Amino acid sequence: MFLKKHTVLPGFHLALGFTILYLSLVVLIPLSTVFLKAATLSWEEFGNAVLAPRVLASYRLTFGASLLAALLNAFFGLLVAWVLVRYSFFGKRIIDAIIDLPFALPTAVAGISLTAIYAGNGWVGQYLEPLGIKVAFTPLGIVVALTFIGLPFVVRTVQPILQDLEMEVEEAAASLGATRWQTFTFVILPNLWPALLTGFALAFARGLGEYGSVVFIAGNMPMVSEIVPLLIITKLEQYDYKGAAAIAVVMLIASFILLLVINILQWWSSRRYS
Amino acid sequence: MTTPLNTHIQAATTEPRWIRYLLISLTLIFLTLFLLLPLIAVFTQALQEGINVYLTALIEPDALAAIRLTLITAIIAVPLNLFFGIAAAWAIAKFDFKGKSILLTLIDLPFAVSPVIAGLIFVLLFGLQGWLGPWLSAQNFQIIFAVPGIVLATVFITFPFVARELIPLLQAQGKEEEEAAIVLGANGWQTFWRITLPNMKWGLLYGVILCNARAMGEFGAVSVVSGHIRGLTNTMPLHVEILYNEYNFAAAFAVASLLALLALVTLILKTIVEWRVHQLS
Repeated sequence: MFLKKHTVLPGFHLALGFTILYLSLVVLIPLSTVFLKAATLSWEEFGNAVLAPRVLASYRLTFGASLLAALLNAFFGLLVAWVLVRYSFFGKRIIDAIIDLPFALPTAVAGISLTAIYAGNGWVGQYLEPLGIKVAFTPLGIVVALTFIGLPFVVRTVQPILQDLEMEVEEAAASLGATRWQTFTFVILPNLWPALLTGFALAFARGLGEYGSVVFIAGNMPMVSEIVPLLIITKLEQYDYKGAAAIAVVMLIASFILLLVINILQWWSSRRYS
Repeated sequence: MTTPLNTHIQAATTEPRWIRYLLISLTLIFLTLFLLLPLIAVFTQALQEGINVYLTALIEPDALAAIRLTLITAIIAVPLNLFFGIAAAWAIAKFDFKGKSILLTLIDLPFAVSPVIAGLIFVLLFGLQGWLGPWLSAQNFQIIFAVPGIVLATVFITFPFVARELIPLLQAQGKEEEEAAIVLGANGWQTFWRITLPNMKWGLLYGVILCNARAMGEFGAVSVVSGHIRGLTNTMPLHVEILYNEYNFAAAFAVASLLALLALVTLILKTIVEWRVHQLS
């Protein structure tokens, strides 16, 4: 029915039919309920639900902390990828394997562990507290948790591109009189931009929705350190299903726009690198 | 004559020694602060009150119930998404059809959805105030605040894991081998079992490892639908949360240490699979 050209391989309709059925049952139909529920609100009610001061404060916090964490990850991710690809040192193999820890470690475990470390009496917190820097139970703690969660994205998008860069180009730059810094900024970095931006966007998108690692370290004070996912849960616990759905719609639209941007970035980088 | 020349070329495509050491040190400090310390802290916190407290926390009935529920959830969710991943990869990689790129985007959708929203959608669908809630309660069948809801939310969260490993792999392998098998008289199942499955086994294993880690560790989505009933609807991550909120830190970290071990095993298996694939290619 949908096939563009004839093929001898069997099973197309069965496989595609099952794929679409399963996708609809597990993802599409459940996801549509949020929009249907939010649609039962009038525009005014919807506006009140998604623009209340407490909600606005949580958007600012969630987007701000995710942005800051994604920027940190872009910088340190590039550094880590660079060091892993270009230099050799003791323990490199293990470091390379452990980069994916945030993908493998359950978020709740990361949350309680980071809280223990960055609390006032923790391994790191005890040195920061005398300097007047409070991490745990403040918005700064949220940035720390989101930096942990997003760490692998930039490393894993930049690393393969850096690996495939041809040395000859850098040799050419050097023989034409470029300093090492000039070679990096004018020759290497332009090649890394699409991958770096993709990793940044992935880390940012992950930060927007993150819940498990943040709730333990955040302190969760309304207007100060309450993230959007937590606010959705609070609404649910108050049986304000419509309000929860309305905020969820705002976050979903933000995520879908980001997903679109990421797809465009990946299309750009596949054109650039192929 | 050649030696000085070589060292000169070497120097032109790398950095001075002090910069290299500086960058490596910065990397190690950053990774220690953000990766190693959290990992080590889980185990030291778990053992802070001694091995007896640690073991007691793991074998008390509520902890065992949480471990059992986590295993049950993974045993249902992973094969479902594995089966889906194979079907989706077969359809998308072996055939050309209209709407393929839309389908690919839709498969990735759960990655873009916050875990909390993933839980919320099932509450809106099956909760008492939800679309199907009244009908379900008339049938005396409970999904939200019960095991089926936990499984559903987990299936949603781990939905893309196997598919997104298999699709690019099968696309890269093309379809010539399968076409040859069919032309030589093999039927569809023989072609799949003898050609496609052996070709994709490492990608499959990779996807299953990641899918399983997420299924066992999922917190946000499961937290929304679980209802937190001790011994009944608590998975391991939820049990950790309850113990932690009761200031029972040693026990919370003891259960968390099992999940951290799971993460380490996942990383080791993943590295082995990557190493095998690297060797084969």
